[in-house]
Amino acid sequence: MTRVKSTLAVLGAAALLGASGVTHAGATLDAVKNKGFVQCGISDGLPGFSFADAKGQYQGIDVDVCRAVAAAVFGDAGKVKFSPLTAKERFTALQSGEVDVLSRNTTWTSSRDAAMGLNFTGVTYYDGQGFLVNKEIGVNSAKELDGATVCIQAGTTTELNLSDYFRANNLKYTPITYDTSDESAKSLESGRCDVLTSDQSQLYAQRIKLAKPDDYVVLPEVISKEPLGPAVRQGDEEWFDIVRWTLFAMLNAEELGVTAANVEDMAKTTKNPDVARLLGAEGEYGKDLKLNKNWAVQIVKQVGNYGEVFERNVGKGSELKIERGLNALWNKGGLHYAPPVR
Amino acid sequence: MTQHVFKPDLPPPPREVGLAGWLRANLFSNWLNGLLTLLGLYLVWLIVPPLLDWAIFSADWSGETRSDCGREGACWVFVQVRFGQFMYGFYPVDARWRVDATLWLALVAAAPLLVRQFRHKVRYGLAYLLVYPWLAFWLLHGGLGLQVVPTSQWGGLMLTIIIAAVGIAGALPLGILLALGRRSDMPAIRVLCVTFIEFWRGVPLITVLFMSSVMLPLFLPEGMNLDKLLRAMLMVIFFEAAYIAEVVRGGLQAIPKGQYEAAAAMGLGYWRMMGLVILPQALKLVIPGIVNTFIALFKDTSLVIIIGLFDFLNSIKRATADPAWLGMSTEGYVFAALVYWLFCFGMSRYSMHLERRLDTGHRS
Repeated sequence: MTRVKSTLAVLGAAALLGASGVTHAGATLDAVKNKGFVQCGISDGLPGFSFADAKGQYQGIDVDVCRAVAAAVFGDAGKVKFSPLTAKERFTALQSGEVDVLSRNTTWTSSRDAAMGLNFTGVTYYDGQGFLVNKEIGVNSAKELDGATVCIQAGTTTELNLSDYFRANNLKYTPITYDTSDESAKSLESGRCDVLTSDQSQLYAQRIKLAKPDDYVVLPEVISKEPLGPAVRQGDEEWFDIVRWTLFAMLNAEELGVTAANVEDMAKTTKNPDVARLLGAEGEYGKDLKLNKNWAVQIVKQVGNYGEVFERNVGKGSELKIERGLNALWNKGGLHYAPPVR
Repeated sequence: MTQHVFKPDLPPPPREVGLAGWLRANLFSNWLNGLLTLLGLYLVWLIVPPLLDWAIFSADWSGETRSDCGREGACWVFVQVRFGQFMYGFYPVDARWRVDATLWLALVAAAPLLVRQFRHKVRYGLAYLLVYPWLAFWLLHGGLGLQVVPTSQWGGLMLTIIIAAVGIAGALPLGILLALGRRSDMPAIRVLCVTFIEFWRGVPLITVLFMSSVMLPLFLPEGMNLDKLLRAMLMVIFFEAAYIAEVVRGGLQAIPKGQYEAAAAMGLGYWRMMGLVILPQALKLVIPGIVNTFIALFKDTSLVIIIGLFDFLNSIKRATADPAWLGMSTEGYVFAALVYWLFCFGMSRYSMHLERRLDTGHRS
């Protein structure tokens, strides 16, 4: 997503590390248990990832990750408070301790992982930059876009990826830069540009904004890797493990066919040792993480397995109707592969 | 002897009076003006009917979901469904009466100040300024028997008005003090005030807000988090106070030296001289400047969008990210523009009213 390499944030990180040293292991879990809720940093509004519905409840994949962490720690997915953060504030908020988890469609990159004082715990969504075009211009592949006028949003890596891709393929293009996604959608609609580029997950949202969504198509090419995932502060391995295994539990649950509807029955009746270990019927795997025995049961019961979360927020159960694609499990042609609980 | 009888006046030629006359004088006085009028009419014809059609005649006014809207006109259903959030943010629905109560209390309690015959305006006004903020804070934030609503749940137009009101209430007195300080004879105070004013005038508000939200937390000890809203309000107060100070200084400079000397000759000390003689005249002179600053302040509150506070504008932006209502940004922003305009226009009219009422005829 937006990769703002702001000098400010790096400076800030340096200042923090210099001033307060490395956080003690285990401090976050204790602090979270003391205050009684998980403080979670989310986006200030991104369709499918974090948004507020008409009742004022936050929804989305990023939001569900936070709720799952709360379910794992407290056995209650409601014990979470959300801090909507702008792209610029997000890292400071995590570094300064304002939030415990940053689940804000943040791309996992080496510089962020290594230099910003934070650790990514996994990938919740494999995204990548793509193209949305009007069917009328009869283009089936991004390679045919020579000479096209391209709408982009300013200040994101989108611009750089685009110029890299067109240069590598020896194509010419004219960029038109916009500040917001609404403007670029309107511009595509009015024909000022032939193609709109953004992260694929957002192209589907952009398409809904158009008056005739069916006249537009998302091209198959993905020109960048944008693995989105939650991040925690560096230096607290215990908390890092909890957030990481919360996501793994959701992925394992999907792989093993455990759903929100059947999780309680399965916890009691299962004969499959993998399921028994995940759901705490066998062994003490929750204890290793300093969680309750039934931590995974609570996650799946209250939030759902990964597939359910995906379909509800961005897939078939939502307006966006995004295909699983790269986000399918490893054994169904996707990239999601969680280590086993044992 | 013949009596001279005047003939009755002829009526003016029909082309000089009535509608035709007015049109001729104002719109078609020569061929250039005539051409411009026709061009103007053509532009109005191009713009207004489609706009009215979009906003009113083809618009959808009632419903529950996006599917209740055809795509020809505006979909006001979106604004209707989200109206509560636009006004109150995430403030709990069953506690929203407290926000209304805070507003009504402010208006009702301020009413005596508008009655001309009321004698104790100064004392009453001071008491109001000392008591009301606490009462408002208690009503909005809760505690002492009321459910606590943390500031993170405040939002919408309510938050915009709170930031603007606190900004105005804080910036005006601070600005007046700074203006007096800048003209003070005491070097230490003068230097302090000049530094303060020049610093805050020299940085953009958006940078100040950004600093307060991104840098300040890093310098505070871990675990100590100043409330985000409080940080934003302090920044707005400091920033606007610097502007008010310069506006007021302009007024102070316009007061003739004789007024100062007359006040001193009557044996008034510094504060009574300022409070009773100089400031009443100076502030009256600069009402347009002050209101100008306030209107700018009201609109500047929307900058809190960059620190993730959900004021009126940001609440609308947030609602447009709901997949169930994607593509409704035009409706949302048109609604926002209308509300902002109403408030700013209201302030501007009130300032004109104040100027007329306080005009004691010193000008020319």
